[in-house]
Amino acid sequence: MKTSHIKFYQTGTYTVGNRLLSDADRSVQSTMERTNSLNSGHRACQGCGEALGARYAIDAAMRATGNRLIAANATGCLEVFSTPYPETSWQIPWIHSLFGNTAAVATGVAAALKVQGRDNTRVVAQGGDGGTTDIGFGCLSGMFERNDDVLYICYDNEAYMNTGVQRSSATPPAARTATTQAVGRSPGNVFGQGKNVPLIAMAHEIPYVATASVADVRDLEDKVTKAMAISGARYVHILVPCPLGWGSAPHDTIKLARLAIESGLFPVFEAEHGEITGRRHIRRQVPVEDYLRPQKRFAHLFKPVLQTDRLAALQAVADRNIRRFDLLEREDQV
Amino acid sequence: MLKQMEGSQAVAEAVALCRPEVICAYPITPQTHIVEKLGQLVKDGTLEHCEFVNVESEFAALSVAIGASATGARAYTATASQGLLYMAEAVYNASGLGLPIVMTIGNRAIGAPINIWNDQQDSMSMRDAGWIQLYAETNQEAIDLHIQAFRLAEELSVPVMVCMDGFILTHAYERVDVPEQADVDRFVPPFAPRQILDPQQPVTIGAMVGPEAFTEVRYLAHYRQMQALWLIPELAEDFEQQFGRASGGLIHEYRTAGAQTLVVALGSVNGTIKDVVDEMRDDGHAIGSVSICSFRPFPMKALKTALRTAQRVVVIEKSLAVGIGGIVSTDVRMALDGLDIAVHTVVAGLGGRAITRASLREAFDRAARNALQRLTFLDLKHDVIHAEIQRLESTRLSGPIAENILRELGIVADHIG
Repeated sequence: MKTSHIKFYQTGTYTVGNRLLSDADRSVQSTMERTNSLNSGHRACQGCGEALGARYAIDAAMRATGNRLIAANATGCLEVFSTPYPETSWQIPWIHSLFGNTAAVATGVAAALKVQGRDNTRVVAQGGDGGTTDIGFGCLSGMFERNDDVLYICYDNEAYMNTGVQRSSATPPAARTATTQAVGRSPGNVFGQGKNVPLIAMAHEIPYVATASVADVRDLEDKVTKAMAISGARYVHILVPCPLGWGSAPHDTIKLARLAIESGLFPVFEAEHGEITGRRHIRRQVPVEDYLRPQKRFAHLFKPVLQTDRLAALQAVADRNIRRFDLLEREDQV
Repeated sequence: MLKQMEGSQAVAEAVALCRPEVICAYPITPQTHIVEKLGQLVKDGTLEHCEFVNVESEFAALSVAIGASATGARAYTATASQGLLYMAEAVYNASGLGLPIVMTIGNRAIGAPINIWNDQQDSMSMRDAGWIQLYAETNQEAIDLHIQAFRLAEELSVPVMVCMDGFILTHAYERVDVPEQADVDRFVPPFAPRQILDPQQPVTIGAMVGPEAFTEVRYLAHYRQMQALWLIPELAEDFEQQFGRASGGLIHEYRTAGAQTLVVALGSVNGTIKDVVDEMRDDGHAIGSVSICSFRPFPMKALKTALRTAQRVVVIEKSLAVGIGGIVSTDVRMALDGLDIAVHTVVAGLGGRAITRASLREAFDRAARNALQRLTFLDLKHDVIHAEIQRLESTRLSGPIAENILRELGIVADHIG
């Protein structure tokens, strides 16, 4: 988002009301024109980060394309809770084919639009972390390397939530899932595994890669808008807390998404053609403990005894992210 | 236009004449020459208004076709063997979504042991996937079936597999008549689906369906495919009127009048069978043959009518249902339900083993003497299997059968053919 000099009502925060911004800078969600592409009435759980992320992202993509958008959706929570036959929450043309082929289906949609000369209609593919980083990864990588005109959005809630919270390659170390149980000598998910798909996307040197969070709607909308202004393969990876899978309170979804950023565990950045071009700076780094403690999936780190060494290992992950992506705000950047 | 050309190239030209708008390509023997040629036709501008997508797997190939077809583009791909199995999930999905994709199968064996040569195990494994399956006897028929397939698929909203025997057809050079563009344009109208992905009229495609409606959805898939039983002959008739040659249809009969023994088969082996039928007719045997062109939907009535006066039916099939025997013959038995006709299964040509006239003649002679077993493996090397069975009986350890047999056989190249 471009910086503009505004007098904040709440000093010491980034909070600013929409009415203080110019029309162009106001969030899509605050406008009367927002399309509610994922309409109310769906079956998502209370506090679902994915439902929120999908609405933010698709509404922004709709505005960016003048409402000419087609979505391909992977099997998963988003698909199941939005389209129980014969109902649908989608206000846009939408197709669900399989779990692992969403990027390829989107490629097919884009190819058809191109050959038909419907160039002003754009394509979004979307899926959860399982459908993206695991089973859909082959098709995703193929779509990237061919530089097909598709924006792929991954709603990352860090496990297979639709099937009952099993580990994916996006599950963080130490997290309890139904297949990385909080039992034994090293409870929860193992350290040193998993893959970073935003970085892998960058390795394909595609025009645009970004990470975003439901805690920062303007940044998220900005990145989707930017992505829709670019042709070729684009990837936006959004962290979306899952109260059910994370064992967190539904009202803490945004708070946790923010703490994930502020702790350094979820770096928010953007990259063009394989090079990092921007990052969302952290003003005051919070200890990872603040982020982990409210989540039952990490409860075994705190009781019956405090697992100081494992907490230190997670803190090291956050610190490395901060160094690697240059996330900490310095005085000269204020 | 009459041309001397390879089967794959001929099929590629026929597909191009049907004006596909999206073609997805992934190499697998023996289908590869088809997509290579199509790629060339797109790149050199012969085939206009077409996106040729080099994908990363067969699963992606059919998935791209699914996305394209749902967006209103005529979509085509080709595969074989392991490739067809690798895309299996998308095969069921395409038919479930009612997308009229046309796909060529260059029929090839399924491993392990890995084998690149022809049999029909691959397409047989997908016989229940909701696709119409047409089997070509010759390269000319392969051309003609593709032209009929696009119209058939789009009229019924059901995807169609055109199956042609790998190498035997795909790699054989022979004279074919490639139709003119104007004639094909007259036969295959532009693709005009009822519903596509379009922001002007947003629709949700691929919603979740529960027990309250799933049975009905499946019934209607069956109902729709059964409509092909009248549409396939109708299209074949139209085709004959316009192009002047008979191709396609549900079944082809050959010298069936007064036959006591009738042979049933799919695909190119019918050529050899007809030669043997001629030979045996010359020798005074009452024998004929029936070639099944449409295996799905299965032409139950047409087959019953063609076979009902025979005393025995011999089904030559290039596939094996391990644990029961025949695949095609099981369906043939169902068609003959209630009739007192013996049905024999002859499994032949697995993994590219040549089906010779001599071996067929021997099997048919045996059938005529009522001495053919219900299940026969044509040209089975009994010494090899006996040795392996003995070895298996002497030790309870599991282990690789294929490697043991190859050790017994020695240099493999000496034994092909």
